Amino acid sequence: VTRFGVVRFPGSCDDVDALLAARRYGDGELLWHGDRDLKGVDAVVIPGGFSYGDYLRVGAIARFSPVMEAVAEFAADGGPVLGICNGFQVLCEAHLLPGALLPNTSLRFIARQVDIVVANAASPFTRAAAEGERLSIPVKHTTGRYYHPDPDGSVGDIAGVSNEAGNVLGLMPHPEHAVDPLTGSSDGGKLFESMALAQAPA
Amino acid sequence: VTSRKRVLIRPKAGILDPQGQTVERALPALGFEGVSEVRVGRLVELTVEDESQLPEMCERLLTNPLIEDYEIE
Repeated sequence: VTRFGVVRFPGSCDDVDALLAARRYGDGELLWHGDRDLKGVDAVVIPGGFSYGDYLRVGAIARFSPVMEAVAEFAADGGPVLGICNGFQVLCEAHLLPGALLPNTSLRFIARQVDIVVANAASPFTRAAAEGERLSIPVKHTTGRYYHPDPDGSVGDIAGVSNEAGNVLGLMPHPEHAVDPLTGSSDGGKLFESMALAQAPA
Repeated sequence: VTSRKRVLIRPKAGILDPQGQTVERALPALGFEGVSEVRVGRLVELTVEDESQLPEMCERLLTNPLIEDYEIE
């Protein structure tokens, strides 16, 4: 059974939903930001919220927490790490993902259901989905404009970014909020299911 | 011996600054005409013992060098 670790920072708010989503496909436990210990989990989820109050810049303070040192080592060893929303921002600040996230052009908080398209179904986060499949998942953020200095600044029309090795993924949409038909879509479960499959012995 | 320093942080040139744009659009509504190229940044004031550490503080924490420029005064 895959053991998911869900990081909890002061100011995290989607940690409980992420934990419940993980427990549908494996075991899940919370990882405290002040502990350098990942408790031997197989996969790490960095949830959404407002870590350390988003002081200074989103993700800027969380990046230096003891748990993130352990996450960086885990990622360097090939462990799967999924950062959702604020978790994506933290992974960018930690340089585990390229680029940065800027405030929405509208300066408004955006909360709506979006369709994301699975561009690559071979990743540890998408293997339970089919290439080209559309997943209905909500977004809710103020700082979601992905920026990368290369090739030409802001990149439009992407939901997430992975590292070159493919084991670290940042997503602005919230799969943990879409794991039960009761909430309108259970498509987000595909990501957790994929991570569980990725850890299952062949 | 300590010194009081100021770090001015601004969005890098070429990075869209919606806060600046919003301020720029709001000013004419108050009758202020002829204002352009408004950019909104951040000011950090700090008292330091070793000011030679400031550039590294800026690079590692106070700014994200990918998207922000800084000036130490």
